[in-house]
Amino acid sequence: MGEKVLMRGNEVIAEAAIRAGCQCYFAYPITPQAELLEHMAENMPRLGRTFVQAESELAAISMVYGAASVGVRTMTSSSSPGISLKQEGISYLAGSSLPAVIVNVVRGGPGLGDIAPSQCDYFQATKGGGHGDYHMIVLGPSTVPEAGTLTMLAFDLADKYRTPVMILADGMLGQMMEPVDLPDPVDITTLPKKEWATTGAKGRDPNIILSFDLDPEVLKQMNLELQRRYRKIERDEVRYEEAQTEDAQIVIAAYGTTARIAKTVLRMARDEGIKLGLFRPITLWPFPYEALKKLSQRVQTVLTVEMSAGQMWEDVRLAVAERADTPFYGEMGGVVPTPRGILNEVKKYAH
Amino acid sequence: MERSVVIAGFGGQGVILAGKILAQAAMDSGLAVTWLPSYGPEMRGGTANCTVVMAQESVGSPIVDEPTALIAMNLPSLDKFERTVASGGAIIVNSSLIDRDIEREDLAVTKLPLNDLGASVGNMRAINMIALGGYLKATGAVTLEVVKDAMAHMLEKGGKSKFIQLNVKALDAGYNAAQFRP
Repeated sequence: MGEKVLMRGNEVIAEAAIRAGCQCYFAYPITPQAELLEHMAENMPRLGRTFVQAESELAAISMVYGAASVGVRTMTSSSSPGISLKQEGISYLAGSSLPAVIVNVVRGGPGLGDIAPSQCDYFQATKGGGHGDYHMIVLGPSTVPEAGTLTMLAFDLADKYRTPVMILADGMLGQMMEPVDLPDPVDITTLPKKEWATTGAKGRDPNIILSFDLDPEVLKQMNLELQRRYRKIERDEVRYEEAQTEDAQIVIAAYGTTARIAKTVLRMARDEGIKLGLFRPITLWPFPYEALKKLSQRVQTVLTVEMSAGQMWEDVRLAVAERADTPFYGEMGGVVPTPRGILNEVKKYAH
Repeated sequence: MERSVVIAGFGGQGVILAGKILAQAAMDSGLAVTWLPSYGPEMRGGTANCTVVMAQESVGSPIVDEPTALIAMNLPSLDKFERTVASGGAIIVNSSLIDRDIEREDLAVTKLPLNDLGASVGNMRAINMIALGGYLKATGAVTLEVVKDAMAHMLEKGGKSKFIQLNVKALDAGYNAAQFRP
């Protein structure tokens, strides 16, 4: 750890990827994640690593597939419309058990949408935006420093489970600056060797990486292996944060930027005598169902707040079931809920 | 105590940089801080703004409903944000471009003729630092010295050391022209 520096969320994700040992980065520019690509353009060549501004998002994700196949740490980044274009490649990465990190700095949608912050890609990220029975680990950073630590973690989890991992950020997190204590660089020579990688078969049997088999029985076995891995991830990798939930009667369920805004709401509500807490999933897949289920047994209301029409809300309702009320408050199209707006919603449920 | 300031003006008046320098100075003062820019299409020739939030422990929301201060570099910015400032807060207005009075009576108003002061320090591009100097005097958010250091450091890093002296002069001009309000 060095001393603190003031950096944008986009730059911190890029710098954390470099420090995690990302050797190859491929992307196509789009607002509001352009500074991420710029930081990589400035620093990757200087470090003797690979930076390619690809001709399209499809090309970039396919380059990631290639780099992942030879066993190096690799990443791509984009924003919502660009991430939609990458879905085919993400499905192939998952099907081929290839580790890679994909960053989505989400903006308003659907379609071309706008360039303002949004959380409207939650379904796409957590429920499989591409085809086939797959999941990827999805991490939802809430602050600029956390964007750094979760990017480091993303590379470790990707390698550990041989799976694509997504950082699900948003335009506000990408654009804002905050002091950050950058994590120490990883010595990539100490990382576990990837025996499965296609590095040249001299003196050994060839490694084969593909997501294709015409024999349904064989493909079924491949799917079962993926599912076994997903169950292990669900068991071992759930992450979440609870704030002031000990005596809470109402709990806000929120992730990312919205959860951060909610922390100000906690203070405002407590000043008015409202016992408000916060439940913040950090892993959006695997979603912390069990922890939220437990929490919902001792609160009256779980208010989901999102910059969407209510996407994570579905997972909240699955976890809470009938144990507490589950109202929703959301903003769409790039509108960011303000602390007062959220507080006014909370007050509807405070008695 | 949490302080927040919205710095708003035309694109080109340097509001984004003024906010960055304040944020850097706040960090150097040991405060928790967030800097949030407007990054919409309004940046191209229209109005631009950024929000800086400073706190002792940690900053929750980087967007604020009621900033404790507003620096309005032009009339559209005053019109847009005057009503949002927290009661008891501070407004720094560019009286060179804004000839209307402040409607709110619960705010500490500092009127600075930024464009005239800019001419007197010898560069109109330094009016953002004049405004920032005025804000520092009016609020005491961080010290003038730490802001000068932060500014010098940032300009140095950007290869623009030759503008440090001008900007020191501009910060002083704004600071000296403003009234201290405890």
